Amino acid sequence: MIEVLACPGLASVQDGGRSGYRRFGVSVAGALDHESLMLANALVGNPPATAAIEVCSGGLRLRALTALRLALVGATAVIVGRSGHRPLVAGCSTSLLADDELAVDAPQAVACLAFAGGLATPSWLGSRSIDARAGLGRPLCAGDRLPLAADEGDGGVVIGPHRAVPAGLTLHVDGPLRVLAGPQQRRFHPHGWQAFLDATWRVTPAADRMGLRLSGPVVKPACGNSDIVSQAVTPGAIQIAGDGQPIVLLADAQTTGGYALIATVIGADLPRLGRLRPGDTLRFAAVDADVARALWCARRSWLAHAVKELRPLPAEGEGIDIAALYRHNLIDGVTRAE
Amino acid sequence: MARGQRADLALPRLRPLGEAALTLELGERLDAVTSRRVRAVAQAMRLPAGAGEVVPALTSLSVFFDPERLSGSELADRLLLAAARTVVPDPGRGDVLDLPVFFGGEEGPDLAAVASACGRSSSEVVAALCDLELEVMMIGFLPGFPYLGPLPDWLNLPRRAEPRLRLPAGSVALAGGLAGIYPVASPGGWHLVGRCAVPLFDANDPVRPARLQAGDRVRFVAGDR
Repeated sequence: MIEVLACPGLASVQDGGRSGYRRFGVSVAGALDHESLMLANALVGNPPATAAIEVCSGGLRLRALTALRLALVGATAVIVGRSGHRPLVAGCSTSLLADDELAVDAPQAVACLAFAGGLATPSWLGSRSIDARAGLGRPLCAGDRLPLAADEGDGGVVIGPHRAVPAGLTLHVDGPLRVLAGPQQRRFHPHGWQAFLDATWRVTPAADRMGLRLSGPVVKPACGNSDIVSQAVTPGAIQIAGDGQPIVLLADAQTTGGYALIATVIGADLPRLGRLRPGDTLRFAAVDADVARALWCARRSWLAHAVKELRPLPAEGEGIDIAALYRHNLIDGVTRAE
Repeated sequence: MARGQRADLALPRLRPLGEAALTLELGERLDAVTSRRVRAVAQAMRLPAGAGEVVPALTSLSVFFDPERLSGSELADRLLLAAARTVVPDPGRGDVLDLPVFFGGEEGPDLAAVASACGRSSSEVVAALCDLELEVMMIGFLPGFPYLGPLPDWLNLPRRAEPRLRLPAGSVALAGGLAGIYPVASPGGWHLVGRCAVPLFDANDPVRPARLQAGDRVRFVAGDR
C-alpha cells in the first residue's frame, strides 16, 4: 500500500489500456508512453503492461505504508527514510521500507513509476487505466491510498533483484514523426499536404491525455470545411480542426470524431508522441504501410533487446539492507496493510 | 451486384487509419439506409485471424488489426467482399425502448432557443421528438453515448457556437439532425433540451457496458413534473 502525499500536477494509474470496448464508446486510455511503462515494469520483473503510476507533470510525493520495490523511468527522485536521504536516478529500481517517502521530480516529458507485482487499484472493463472523461476513476490526489498486488499474499516480490537501464540506453529518437497518409488526406489540396509535411509544428499549451493541439501554417481542406460524418479515430490520428491547425490524438481520445484526419502517426512513433510537451517542436514525414510495419517490428525487437540488457544492481550499492527488508515483510508482517 | 442490393448505394471505399486499422466508408451522407448497411456489413463480416475490434460508425466501419499477423491488403479484400455481399436489411421490427425525458426548464435550457430557431413552439418540438421512433445509429464520443436519428429536416441545427463546459449526465441534446444522450457529465456543443434518468453506461458490465447498441430503437416519452 502506498499513500499519495502530494500531487501538484497530473499523475494517474495507467496500464496497457482498455481494448475491445471502442464500439461501446470507451476510449483505449492506458500509458501515453508504452515504452516507459514497459521499461519501468521490466525493472521490477513485471509483465510489460502492468498498471503503474504515470506522472505527466508536476512531480509526485508518496509514502510507502509497506515495504516495497519500485522502479522509476523518465524522472529522478529523492527517497527520505529513517537513514536519511538518498537519490534515485531515472531508469533503476530500488526498495522502500514502510514509512519511507519518495519525492518524484517533475518529469521533462512523462515518467512511469512501477511497483513489483503491480498496483491493485480498481479495474473496469479489463483495465486499471484511469479515464477521467469516461468517469472511470480520476487522477491522483493527496490522501489517496493505492493498494499493491504485493499487499495480498505474495510479499516475496518486494525482495527481488534490483536492476538499472544500462548507461547510454535512451528511448529518445531523433527525426520527424512518421505518418501514414489518410484516412482523409485526399480532402486536402496537394499544396496543403506538402505544407503539412514541410512545416515545423509547435505543441501549444492545449495538450492533455486526449491530444496535442499544434500550431503552424494553416492547412485547409480543398473543399472548404474539414467536417466529416463522424467515424472511428485512434491514438496517433491527426485531425485538422476548423481553424486549419492539427490536433494529434492521444490515449484518452474519444472513439469517434468529426474532423477530417489528414494522417495517422505510425505505431512505432506513438510513444514519442506521448513524450511531447507544450513548446516542443516537431515535423512529420510520410511513410507507406510496409515501412510502418517494418519500423514497428524493428522497434519491438530493439525494446526486447533493451529489456534483456537491463543490468543487475548490487543491493549494497543502493544502501538497502535486504535482511532488514526481509524482517519487515515476513517477520513484522508489515505487508498486510490495515 | 448481389441480390437485394439497391442500385443507389455508394461504392465502398477503404481508407487506412494508421497501419493497424482500416476504415470502410459506405457513404458520405448520414441516412438511415447507410447506417443499417454499416451494421449489416459489421455483422456479416467473417474476421480473419489477426483482426481485432470492429467499430461501426454512422456511414463507415473501422477494423483494427495486428499488422504483424494480418496484411492490410488481405483484410481490405475481406471488407470489400463483405460490403458487396451484404444486403441492406429493412428497419428493425423489434421492441422500441421508451426513454422518459424531462424536456425544457432547468433540464433543457436550450429548448426555447431550438424552438425559435426552427420557427416552432417548444411544445411542438417536444411533440415532434416524442412522436418519432429513433434508431440508434452509432455509439461513440463518450461511453454509451447514442447517436439517435434521423430527426426531421426542420430540426437539423448546427452545433452551438459556444460549447458548454459541462453537461450533466443524462442530458438529451440535439445537433446535426441527430439527438444524443450524454451518459456521463461532459463538455458538449449540442443544444440541451432535456434530461433522461435511464442509466446508459455501466463500467462494471464487461459484456454489455452500454445500455443501447447501434440498431436499437427508442422513443422519448415526455415526463410529468
